[in-house]
Amino acid sequence: MALFTVRVFVTLKPSVFDPQGRTIVESLHGMGYPAVADVRQGKYFEVQVDAADTAGAETLVREVSGKLLANPVIESFRIEAPAPVA
Amino acid sequence: MKFAVVVFPGSNCDHDAYHAVKHVLGQPAEFLWHKDTSLQGADVVILPGGFSYGDYLRTGAIARFSPVMQAVTAFAAQGGPVLGICNGFQILCEAGLLEGALIRNRQVQFRCEHVNVRVEQVDTPFTQAGTAGQVLSLPIAHGEGQYFADSDVLDRIETQRQVIFRYATAAGEVTPEANCNGSMNNIAGVCNATRNVVGLMPHPERACEQVLGSDDGLVLFESVLRRLTVGAV
Repeated sequence: MALFTVRVFVTLKPSVFDPQGRTIVESLHGMGYPAVADVRQGKYFEVQVDAADTAGAETLVREVSGKLLANPVIESFRIEAPAPVA
Repeated sequence: MKFAVVVFPGSNCDHDAYHAVKHVLGQPAEFLWHKDTSLQGADVVILPGGFSYGDYLRTGAIARFSPVMQAVTAFAAQGGPVLGICNGFQILCEAGLLEGALIRNRQVQFRCEHVNVRVEQVDTPFTQAGTAGQVLSLPIAHGEGQYFADSDVLDRIETQRQVIFRYATAAGEVTPEANCNGSMNNIAGVCNATRNVVGLMPHPERACEQVLGSDDGLVLFESVLRRLTVGAV
């Protein structure tokens, strides 16, 4: 077994209005950045797991992401390839 | 009739619910800790408002995995009446006992005020003492109370009359201006398909005595009392 770091990105589904992202983009327009077309705010997790290999680490993190880190009603998630902890 | 009020770390309306049941309604009430695995013979379960687990991750996301929620889920599956208020509503949605989700208010403001809520359906344990179209003055206090559901879910819960409360004007009109948080279809509260689990964002337990500015919230508690003593009407 080895320790892996897995990065998880959780974002609101495109169909869900993001009031925080909208507030940020409006602020940026006010600051003089009209070129900023849109902002969506999300969440970022670094999950460390003990696993036999990268596949095992990914499977485990995919499972906990679907159960707890993201709410499938409003959010989707993607995970990056597990990296061994040095 | 024994009421159980579940206490999660961060619940802060648990005593309000307890007070409403015990001292206003005059019924036995007990607190249950989130680590309890039994409802200890409760006839009604209330998940109170507050900030369970500090609202970390998402509102209600962590509380939904508390041991007591297994007992609440089993109780609900047997038809037991369960009421989720504010954070309790969020927990019920996270647990899948109610459909949809509560997301950040459209205005990105914490809203703390009295609002008007129209009673849409009176065939649930928590509304049967009311009348359809009745307008209740209830306080809200939430930052993440915007009701969201996918369009197919929204269509289904509307068709199946699972929308129990809607934000409305004092005259009972459902308008965009009356929608205090941007909820889809002005939804303030819903029930499950079997109608025994009800959740709403406003706080009926904080509006059970005139000294609090309104006693309109009593109708929810009187409803469930009537359901348990007389049965469905």
